[in-house]
Amino acid sequence: MAIDRAQVRHVARLARLALSAEDEERFAAQLQNVLGYIERLQAVDVSGVEPLSFAGDAESELALREDAVKPSLPREKVLAQAPQADEQAFLVPRILE
Amino acid sequence: MTTTLSQMSDALARGETTPSKLAAESIERIKALDGKVHAFLRLTEAEASSAAKAADARRAAGKPLSALDGVPVGLKDIFCMEGVETTAGSKILQGYVPPYDATVVRKLKAAGAVIIGKLNMDEFAMGSSTENSAYGPTMNPWDLSRTPGGSSGGSSAAVAARFVPGTLGTDTGGSIRQPAALVGCAGLKPTYGRVSRYGVVAFASSLDQVGPFAQDSRGAALLLQAIAGHDENDQTSSKRPVPDYAAGFGKGVRGLKLGVPREFFGEGLHPEVEKSVRAGIEKLKGLGCEVREISLPNSPHAIATYYIVATAEASSNLARYDGIRFGHRAKGGKNLLELYENTRAEGFGAEVKRRIMLGTYALSAGYFDAYYIRAQKVRALIQRDFLQAFAEVDAVIGPTSPTTAFKLGEKLDDPLAMYLNDVYTVPANLAGLPGLSVPCGFDSKGLPIGLQLVGRPFEEETILRLGDAAELADVPAPEGFR
Repeated sequence: MAIDRAQVRHVARLARLALSAEDEERFAAQLQNVLGYIERLQAVDVSGVEPLSFAGDAESELALREDAVKPSLPREKVLAQAPQADEQAFLVPRILE
Repeated sequence: MTTTLSQMSDALARGETTPSKLAAESIERIKALDGKVHAFLRLTEAEASSAAKAADARRAAGKPLSALDGVPVGLKDIFCMEGVETTAGSKILQGYVPPYDATVVRKLKAAGAVIIGKLNMDEFAMGSSTENSAYGPTMNPWDLSRTPGGSSGGSSAAVAARFVPGTLGTDTGGSIRQPAALVGCAGLKPTYGRVSRYGVVAFASSLDQVGPFAQDSRGAALLLQAIAGHDENDQTSSKRPVPDYAAGFGKGVRGLKLGVPREFFGEGLHPEVEKSVRAGIEKLKGLGCEVREISLPNSPHAIATYYIVATAEASSNLARYDGIRFGHRAKGGKNLLELYENTRAEGFGAEVKRRIMLGTYALSAGYFDAYYIRAQKVRALIQRDFLQAFAEVDAVIGPTSPTTAFKLGEKLDDPLAMYLNDVYTVPANLAGLPGLSVPCGFDSKGLPIGLQLVGRPFEEETILRLGDAAELADVPAPEGFR
């Protein structure tokens, strides 16, 4: 499987990463190398095998907590970490032109 | 500071020292020597001082909160601590001050432990050498030109340099066990679900687990005791009762059955590491363990599986770093898309970008089934191999890392070579099993070698007991740190 720079640009856009031309070239080569290694999985016989997404305690998977109203973090403490905020909300650049 | 964590706990119990004295000694030692190692990203002196004073009073009154009351500890910079900058080794979180404590931090405080500072790590725990930290690498106290391992390299180096007797790290593919092996201390990755991840910066949520570093298995057991257990803020945390992890240490290991997987002794394993690990296995045999060769036929596929599963989950977890709610925001974006793209381009380092790219690719239209679903199926086979082995053995034993500590810079330009460091540690993460690395010897360069024990789910007690029997007693402090 060959990864070219156009594919790198496409994936970078999906991942919301701005890449320099130099990054694009380097990542194309490195991803190619890693994907070449990963290619070996195609040879494993997985017929009849269910995918495993959770390797934990099967009972815990269902352990939902009670749906009760509880205090959350104070708004001012959370907003204090934002790059830009007013008294009550996070601020972002204009979205609608 | 040459005593182990449990010796320190005993000395506090006997009134031979005080929490304030221990905290002051630890901070003094770090200030004198950490310039060479760079284990700590920052000290929490004010917090440590007031926590130690409170512990002084409890110890003096003979009313300690736990065996850890007044013991100095360090935290990988991946754990949120209220009021203390937490960066996960990334520029994108520079200046981030969490408004709350991670559950493990809250539990350590409740046990009376005195938190001395935050420790260096590969950015977002992605790496095996600590060289991917945005704040510069950590050096191995045994040889300052070499890595202390990663991603929890600050946590391992701080214990090896005797800055603190115990630290916490996280292990997604080996990030506790490999650095423990490379510096000659004990490092435990508990069973998936044994310890809460609430307030721990997420990397790959189906693999991440929190665990302790200490000079020996007994110290690791004391720390695990304090942090294990169910947490309603982490749905994956298990409700199983937490046993007394120290209870097994007096019992010996006679009759325990050990499986030696032939796949862990093949090509790539350094002969000196093999020799030392086999000597450790012989030591356990001499103490009455039954040893047999086993096979984990799918374990050679573990690294390829891991680099799909872990990167896919990381690409999703790291979507939160968008410059809106916390952390870095790029200046001058014309619109929201540019703000996102530039923020992430400026904030993430090369390895994090590489993994986000790989994970995004594996999850993207047209590749999802071929990569992600297939990897999850191979993951099921890897888990099945272990569960079959555990029908006939109590623990799996082998090397932690194929080599001793490598030179800083040696693998930085070859991501695949770096990934292959984790060939023996990744299988336990994929299968959700507990794994422990303990020091079992030194190579001809004087670098430590680690032996790994993997146990049945929630049987940390068994591997800690085996680790206690197998580990080198009284590993000296490295030259220059005595």
